[in-house]
Parts: sequence; structure tokens; C-alpha cells
Amino acid sequence: MPNSNDIMMSESQDVIENYLSVDNVSIGFDGREILSNITFQLKRGDIGCLLGPSGCGKTTLLRSIAGFETVDDGMIKLNNKALSHHGYLLPAEQRNIGMVFQDYALFSHLNVIDNIMFGLHRFSKAQATIRANDLIARIGLVGKELAMPHELSGGEQQRVALARALAPEPQLLLLDEPFSNLDVELRETLSRDVRDIIKQSNTTALMVTHDQNEAFVMADNIGVIQSGKLAQWGSAYTIYHEPINAFVADFVGQGVFLEGKMRSPSEVETTLGCFEREESSTEQDSLATGDKVKVLIRPDDIIHDDESELTARVITRDFRGAEFLYTLALANGEELLVMVPSHHNHEINELIGIRLEIDHVVVFK
Amino acid sequence: MLNLLNLGKQLRKIGVWQVFLVVMALPTLLALLGVLSSFLHPDIESLSHLAQYVLPQTIKNTIFLVVGVGVVTTTLGVSLAWLTAVCDFPLRKFFVWALILPMAIPGYVMAFALVGLFEYTGPVQHFLRETFGSSSAFPDIYSYGGVVMALSLALYPYTYLMVRNAFQTQGLRSLEVGQSLGLSIRESFWRICLPMARPWIVGGTLLVMMETLSDFGTVAIFNYDTLTSAIYKTWFGLYSLPAALQVASVLLIFVVVITLLERRSRASQRFSQTRSAKSVAGRIRLSGVDRWLALLVCVLVFSLAFVMPVMRLLYWAVPNMNADITSQFLGYVAGSTSLSLIAMLMIAGLALLMAFTARTYNSPFAKIVVRISTMGYALPGTVLAVGLFVPVAAIDNVLGAMGLSTPLLQGTMVVMLLAYSVRFMAVAFTPLESNLLRITPSIDAASRSLGVSGIKMLAKVHLPMVKGGLLTAMVLVFVDVMKELPITLMTRPFGFNTLAVRIFELSSEGLWERAALPALAIVLVGLIPAFILIRKSDAR
Repeated sequence: MPNSNDIMMSESQDVIENYLSVDNVSIGFDGREILSNITFQLKRGDIGCLLGPSGCGKTTLLRSIAGFETVDDGMIKLNNKALSHHGYLLPAEQRNIGMVFQDYALFSHLNVIDNIMFGLHRFSKAQATIRANDLIARIGLVGKELAMPHELSGGEQQRVALARALAPEPQLLLLDEPFSNLDVELRETLSRDVRDIIKQSNTTALMVTHDQNEAFVMADNIGVIQSGKLAQWGSAYTIYHEPINAFVADFVGQGVFLEGKMRSPSEVETTLGCFEREESSTEQDSLATGDKVKVLIRPDDIIHDDESELTARVITRDFRGAEFLYTLALANGEELLVMVPSHHNHEINELIGIRLEIDHVVVFK
Repeated sequence: MLNLLNLGKQLRKIGVWQVFLVVMALPTLLALLGVLSSFLHPDIESLSHLAQYVLPQTIKNTIFLVVGVGVVTTTLGVSLAWLTAVCDFPLRKFFVWALILPMAIPGYVMAFALVGLFEYTGPVQHFLRETFGSSSAFPDIYSYGGVVMALSLALYPYTYLMVRNAFQTQGLRSLEVGQSLGLSIRESFWRICLPMARPWIVGGTLLVMMETLSDFGTVAIFNYDTLTSAIYKTWFGLYSLPAALQVASVLLIFVVVITLLERRSRASQRFSQTRSAKSVAGRIRLSGVDRWLALLVCVLVFSLAFVMPVMRLLYWAVPNMNADITSQFLGYVAGSTSLSLIAMLMIAGLALLMAFTARTYNSPFAKIVVRISTMGYALPGTVLAVGLFVPVAAIDNVLGAMGLSTPLLQGTMVVMLLAYSVRFMAVAFTPLESNLLRITPSIDAASRSLGVSGIKMLAKVHLPMVKGGLLTAMVLVFVDVMKELPITLMTRPFGFNTLAVRIFELSSEGLWERAALPALAIVLVGLIPAFILIRKSDAR
């Protein structure tokens, strides 16, 4: 018999673990299903990221959490309070959920500090000013309090939009493709800054992007969405090394699939040899001896080794500064990708030695 | 059966906003239906008189006038735009904006100021007689040439503004492209710059043609009979509304053709819109004789279209100033101002409401309605006045049959305001619409996610963001109503006078000295939108 104290503990623990709870949510427009049976939970203080190609429905999911779209089925809860379910929608303005928009949507008639103070109607004027100035310092825009939005650079506008959304201390922060309008060089530094600002303010956040690098930098947990379905929800490491299906494997990170055949339910044979499959690697435990399968080979699974007897022919080479990304062809025509330090300069058609070092053997039917 | 069920469903969905939008489109539709209703009960007797004695001449005159003004304004507009946008010569910076000023002078003021300057007893011919002993070689100002000159000088700024904008954004750059491909500047102008600016040239010309078709006051002063004056004379001279409506429907055909052409040219403007707005290339430095020729052209046009008419008005007005500023004159000023203020508040308010409604309920239906209710800018005031008279009289008849003492609407401000709102809705709507486009859907979403929605969002976000457009809309409507002549003349309540009507009455009796003071007042007010345009057009 557990005592009541334990139950209390586990309940508050439950609220922390399932701070944002999206449970079996389906959304459709005009009879066409956009999202079906989406389920995931976000822990309080974590940053989640919905990753997927354009048109997969990830923005619709974000907008339904914000309260701009109704939910046909399922339940969205935040901090144990229902926000949306079939036939019910708590209006966006009552949710206290902040949002950073793709186009920033700054109010063009208000200067930086007035934009940030816009949502602070619950604060006194003095408190609001203190809070806004604190945020301006945190986003590094001291001195630009009175600038109008059009006088700011893209990166500065983006940070003002972030500060405006964070100002009312939202229960949850949503970010819709927040870096897509920025230069590539800016994206990485800014996404690290944004992560720091969100983490410092102890805010739970959910972001939508189609760029895996942003997701890797920002997120504690990543959900990969494949045409309206949540294919996988997990840490960046899990998503990369233990993808649940071929789509996730292909969309996240680089890699190729080799033809393979199951020698036993836990052993797969390829042209590169036999590999032992881990029990937990995928859900597809129903593989039987003799099944034809695809084996995922990431660039980091292969090591260039001039001593090795196994060789492959260089087909293309992309210079990446510190590294070369070589595409290699095996004797039977199958191709591999390998990342090699760039002082190993090999010409096209050269045969180079390779060695396999696979930590996670990922096999799909 | 299925269709009927669907229709029922559709009908049940109709809400307040749809009703509002329909009401907005109604006056324009009613005016058009009013004009076309004349085919139901044609006045055969008047009509045969018209067809025999009036229509052939007035149709011919109208076509000649539209073509003449079109050719002159296009020539003036394009050459002045080229000189000020691409070339460099003394005083260029001044003429860039000074050449826009003549748009402050309404056609009917330009007309009698020019007549005053160039008629036999005017200062120009007087000077010629003093110097050469005779002025008999001087052409008669009361002629086709005179009318075309007056209207062209008042209207060329439209073409000038549009074409200059086109040259400014692409002229210098495309000259450089031409030169890099081995063309001389002259060849580049004819083979690249002019063809590239064609959508704007055509657009400006069609706009001017539309204004020419609507003109009433200028042609009246020159006694040059066109379809607009025929409508007025048929109604107020022959007292035949059906015949006036028939003439109006002839004029309507011209309007429809030009409007359709203008729509098409606007579409091709969008198509050929270039991104690079600012040209960094240097201007063509005109050399020797060319610089002074360019200067001379600008000086000539500017003095003929602005300096001399204004001087002429001042010359008349100043000696009589004390006698003219009577309580009667102040009454006209008050009448004009209050009328313009009422119309401004009503039209700008309705346009704002319509713009927000159409934005909120963005549907094909809303788009069509907005299109209809902003279509009236192309309808000549004379057509609107007779067209709206029909439904208004019909409503009065119905009210009379219900036992009310009639006429309730005829001869009241209601008809006049209705006609203004049809004619000037587009003037108010266009600047608002371009402001509203900046309020993207995510602006609404951002406001709501920060806890501000509904009326509060309208007040704190939407209104401040369209403030500039609303101000422009109000100024433009105010000035346009103040300058407006035929609608006011034909629909005003008995005894109600405005500055424009007073100018028309005095000038048609030849009392130009006395018309000068109210005319100067109108020109002064007209300078406000001219300066707004100068600021907006980035006059460099």
C-alpha cells in the first residue's frame, strides 16, 4: 500500500513530466485530415522541437496548441489544464502562451520597448518598464529601446519578437520557424542565443522547423512529423542513432541504405559483412531469418583506413573545410557516404580503404 | 431540390457583415440601374430630337476632346518625366515637384483663368497690340484648341507622376544596360526605356481620359458641347429625365471601355514591376543648348499651367478683395467646408469599415462587393446625378404612397452625399487598403497570444497601423468634394451654395473678376493633396 505522500509526490511529478500534453490529437480541414493521432509530452522547462518537411502539418499542430486552430479529436493540456478538445477551444488570448512568428509580426507603429511591453497589461507601468528593460538587456539591444522595427536588422527583429513573447512570463513559448528568414551564418549563433535566453528564463518551449541543425542545437526532445503523423518523439541522439523508420533515418542526418538479409532474427548479412542487431534498436522485432532488409549506414559508421583490405571507389567528393564528404561505390555498385579529415585528399576513381565501426545497427524491412 | 436546400443553408449563413457589404455596393448599382432604366420608358420625342440635333455633334466633340487631351497630356507628361527623372539641367530639383502643382487647379478654374489671359481683351493680346500694332494673328481662345489646352494643363500631372515613377525606378539602370549593349542614349530611350514604361504611360493616359470624360465645368466655360454637358442641358433645359438618362447611357459606354482598358494596364503594371527601386546611376548631363532648352520647356509649362493662371486670379481678386469678402462669400466657404467635412467623415468612415470587414471576412463575395463599391470613381458626376435620381424618386414615390409627405429625399443632402460616396469611395479606400495589407494574419495572432483581442485589438493594433492611410483618405476626400462641381450643381438642395457652384455660376455669366476669389480659395485647398503626392512620390 503506497501512502498518500507517495501519491502526492507522483502527481506533482506527473505534472512536471507531462507539462504540455498532446494526447491523440487529430485535425482536419474540409474533410481532409492534416494531423492524425498526435501524442507526445513535454517536460516543464524543456525545449521541444517539431521537425518535418514543409506541408507535413507541424505548423498546424503549433497553431492548435496556441489556440488558433480547433482540434477535431484528442486533447491538449497544459499544466494539467485542458486547452483544446473536441468542441472546446480556450481562446488564444486566454492561454498565456507566447508565440514567435516566422515573419516576427512586430507592430510597425510601436518602438522596441512598446512592442515588448504590449502584452504586459497585468503589470503596473513601473513593473512593466523594469521587465521590458531587463529583457532588452538579455537580448542585447540596450540603446535601441526607442528604435522602430523597420530600423532593426533581421536578427534584431527576431530577438525583439522573442522578448515580446517572453515578456508576460508565458506558461509556454511557441516558435514557428523562427530562424527561416535569417542568413545561414546568423542562424547557428542566434539559435544558441535563443536557447540560452529561453533556458535562463526557465520557460518551456516548443519550436517548429524543417532544419535538423536548428533542432539539434535547440531541442531537448525532437518529434519528427511525417505527413500528418508523429513518426518518432525522442532526444536528438535517439532520433539520429535509433531512427524508428526509414523516413526518420533519411530525413534526419545523412546516410545510405545497404541491401541486407537476416541470417537469424538478430543477425543481418550485407556485402560489408555480418552485424549483430541490438534488441532495442527498432520496433520492428518481427524480423525473421531470411527476410530481405535495408541496413542504415551513417557517414560516421565508416572510418577511412588506408591499411584496410576493404576498399571502395571514390565517386564524388565535397570539400567541407575540415573534412571531405566522399561518396564511395562498392564492388557491387552499392554506395556509401564517408566523412574524412580533409588532409586525406583522394581523387575521383581512386580506390580507398575503409573500415566499419557501427554502434547502432539499424535495420528496416 | 438539392440546390434549393443548399440555397437555404447559404441564406441562413448570411450575417450582419454581408448585409453591410451589400449596402455598401448598393448606391453604385442603383445609379447604374437608374441609367439603364431609361430603356424601359424611353422619351421618344426628346430622344429623336437628341438623336438628330444633339448626339452626333456631342459624341464627335467628346471623342475629339478625349483624344486631343490624351495626346497632349501624354506628350507633356512623358517628356517632362524624362527630363526631370533622367536628365540634369538647371533648376531640375525645383521643377520635379513644381510641375505637379497645376493639379491643384480644377479644370473649370484653369479654363476661365486661361480665357482671361488669352481672349481679345486679355493681357496677352493687349501686349501684342501694344508691341506689334495688331493681335489678329492670335488664335481664338474659344476653340477646340483652347479647351484641349485648359484640360491638358490641369490634367497632365497625372501622367507626369506615373511615368516619372516608372523612369525613376528603371530609367537610368536600363539606359546603362542599353549602353553596355552598344546602343546610344537616343536609341536606348526609344527601344528600351519608353517600351518598359509603357504600362504606366498607358495607365496615366487612360486616367486622364477618364477625367476628361467626366469633366463638366471646363467644357461649359468654353461652350464646347460634350456628352456631360448634353446630360445637364437635357435635364435642366429640356426637362426630360428619360432623355438625359439616354445620353448618360451613351457616355457610360465610353466610360466602360476606358475603365476596362485601365484595368488591363494596371495588371500589366504589376507584371512589369521591377524590384530594384533605387537607381544609383548618374543622370544624363545635358550639354550646351540642350540644358537651356530643357529649362525653357519646364519654365513654359510651369508658368502656363500654374504661375500665369494664379497671377491672373490674383490680379482679379486683389483689387476687389474688400468688396468680395462679404458675409455671402463667407457663407459659401462655410457651406463648402461643412459639406466637405460631412462627406469626408462619412466616406472615410465607411471606407474604413468596409476595409476591415473585407479583411476579416476575406471571401470572393467580399472582394466582388469591394470592387463594385469602389467602381464609382470612373462614373462622371453628371451620370451619377441623373442615375441616382431614379431610385431616389422611386423611394419617394413609395413613401408617398404610404402616406408620408413627399418628397422626403429629393432635393436633400442625402442624395448629394450618396452620389459623393459612390464617386469618392475609391479615393478613400485605396490608401486604407495599402495600409491594411501590412497587417498580416500573424499580427492578429501575435496580438491575441499577448492577450489582446476583439475591439481592444482594433484600437491598439489595427487603427494605429492604418492611421497614415486614414489621414490621407480624409484629406483626399475633403479636397475632392470641395472641388467637385456637377454632382453638387445637379443634386444640391435648393438655395445651397458651395464655392465650386458659385465659381461656375459667376464664370458662366462672364463675371470672372468676382469668380477669382472663390477660385483662389479652391486652389489653395487643392495644394494640400498636391503636396501629399509630392511627398509620397519621392521627388528627387
